[in-house]
Amino acid sequence: MEIPDKEDNIEQPDNGDRSEDITGTPQEHPISEDQAAPEPNSNEEKGHALPEVNDNNEAELKGYVRNKTFIGLTVLILGLLAFILAFSWVIHQPKTPDPQEGVYAPLRKVLGFNQRVNSLLFSAKHLTPTYPKSAAVKEARVNGGYGMDTSFKVNDWLLNVVNIDKHDTMTFSMDDIKKLPKTEIVYNFKCIEGWCQITHWGGARVIDFINQYKLATHSGKPLDPNNPKDMAGYMGLQTPDGEYYVGLDMKSAIHPQTLLCYELNGKPLPYDQGAPLRLIIPIKYGIKSLKRIGIIFFSDKRPADYWYERGYDYDAAL
Amino acid sequence: MKQIEKKHPLAIRWFHWINFPVLAIMIWSGTLIYWANDVYRIGFGDTTLLRFYPDSFYKAFHIDGRLAEGMAWHFFFMWLFFVNGLLYVAYTVFSGEWRLLVPNRKSFKEAIQVTLYDFHLSKYKPPQTKYNSAQKIAYTAIIIMGIGSLITGLAIYKPTQWAWVTWICGGYTSARVIHFILTIGYVLFFLIHVIQVILAGWNNFRAMVVGFEVNEKKEENS
Repeated sequence: MEIPDKEDNIEQPDNGDRSEDITGTPQEHPISEDQAAPEPNSNEEKGHALPEVNDNNEAELKGYVRNKTFIGLTVLILGLLAFILAFSWVIHQPKTPDPQEGVYAPLRKVLGFNQRVNSLLFSAKHLTPTYPKSAAVKEARVNGGYGMDTSFKVNDWLLNVVNIDKHDTMTFSMDDIKKLPKTEIVYNFKCIEGWCQITHWGGARVIDFINQYKLATHSGKPLDPNNPKDMAGYMGLQTPDGEYYVGLDMKSAIHPQTLLCYELNGKPLPYDQGAPLRLIIPIKYGIKSLKRIGIIFFSDKRPADYWYERGYDYDAAL
Repeated sequence: MKQIEKKHPLAIRWFHWINFPVLAIMIWSGTLIYWANDVYRIGFGDTTLLRFYPDSFYKAFHIDGRLAEGMAWHFFFMWLFFVNGLLYVAYTVFSGEWRLLVPNRKSFKEAIQVTLYDFHLSKYKPPQTKYNSAQKIAYTAIIIMGIGSLITGLAIYKPTQWAWVTWICGGYTSARVIHFILTIGYVLFFLIHVIQVILAGWNNFRAMVVGFEVNEKKEENS
């Protein structure tokens, strides 16, 4: 930020000298213990004058120092100003995807870059650490009521599923879900706000549901994770009233810990925790664990996502 | 007679001054994130001596309700903080500059002596090379803190994909606490650093800009 390029050439040879000094001398330097009262600020090992200034000539020395200081401070101040300008440029860019509630477009680009980096490191073998049931809290925190209008009747509920390449809706009852093997998980539920809680959930794995009812493939054959071309790109979920909605990349949806969840602490899911059926996806922040699933759909087009529209990372992956 | 004495190599000056705004953005955006679950305090039992943070602090710096924005800035500048820090460490290793920075057995005793001297409680000033022992400890500690922030940061950022890193940090909650404490550490470091630089004077400050100090010429050196 301070020294212009052209000066590198002048300084280069001297830097070389100096680093030899550093590697060679300081350890066994005479200055260490045998000098009882050393002079303050004695920096003996770097006492070399720069080659381009004759320091026997006081006026020349002064001019040199003044020059260097002027250039250095100018570059430093311009550099910091450039930083402030770059910052100010970012916060004057349009927000995306929503001009009011989204996030500045350049930052969205970086979030996209991070998501690509993270997807390289993602593996279905990486599991969220689990705990014994005794570690789980008795009262799971209820956070956020979007899509949870109180006129909803649990007994009238049916799960609607729109398969990929299809336009008709399939419906499933709670019994259709409970027929599948029950999987329980005790894990540290993490909210994007920063709190976490060890909670105990039970339900059917999404991958079991997909396999049982031959969903999410173009060919209609059972889903094969090694054949991503046949697999839908995304799974979308919505509350019955459509007020809250999330999108998941398919790899995360079919992760072995992703559940269509109907139990909390071994009992039926409470009303305010999304009864009768909610999603539990431990490999993502809680914003993706949609309560009260009304519709599930599979698509190659990325589904709308409530918090993505409000400036958050689409991935929200842990 | 005066002479010029080289002090800070060009590379170190760049790393230093780039880190300044980058770390500032990291601390600011980290505070935007922390606001969403601001549970830390200093106190005992039910008595709170200091709450992180009082509402007046949030209001004054317009912190509240910006979690999404904070995360976006934080996960952008983390790359710059990481790369700049990595290059700095690599430079000090390969240039040999680390020998002037890393404290040794005697440094801790000398650091106390330097501190006493700085507070005018003692007339004895231990001998030093480029940095005194207190500086060596501070400038090495800040690098270890930086590494700590990267590790605990990764532990919070990807606690499933990098579950072993989270485990090393003592779990998710513990990683978040350490990450926060380190940030408070940077703020304290910054305050002391600025006070020390002001006390040390212009010649010392200018060395971080132009690389050299102007000092009295010593006879045996010329």
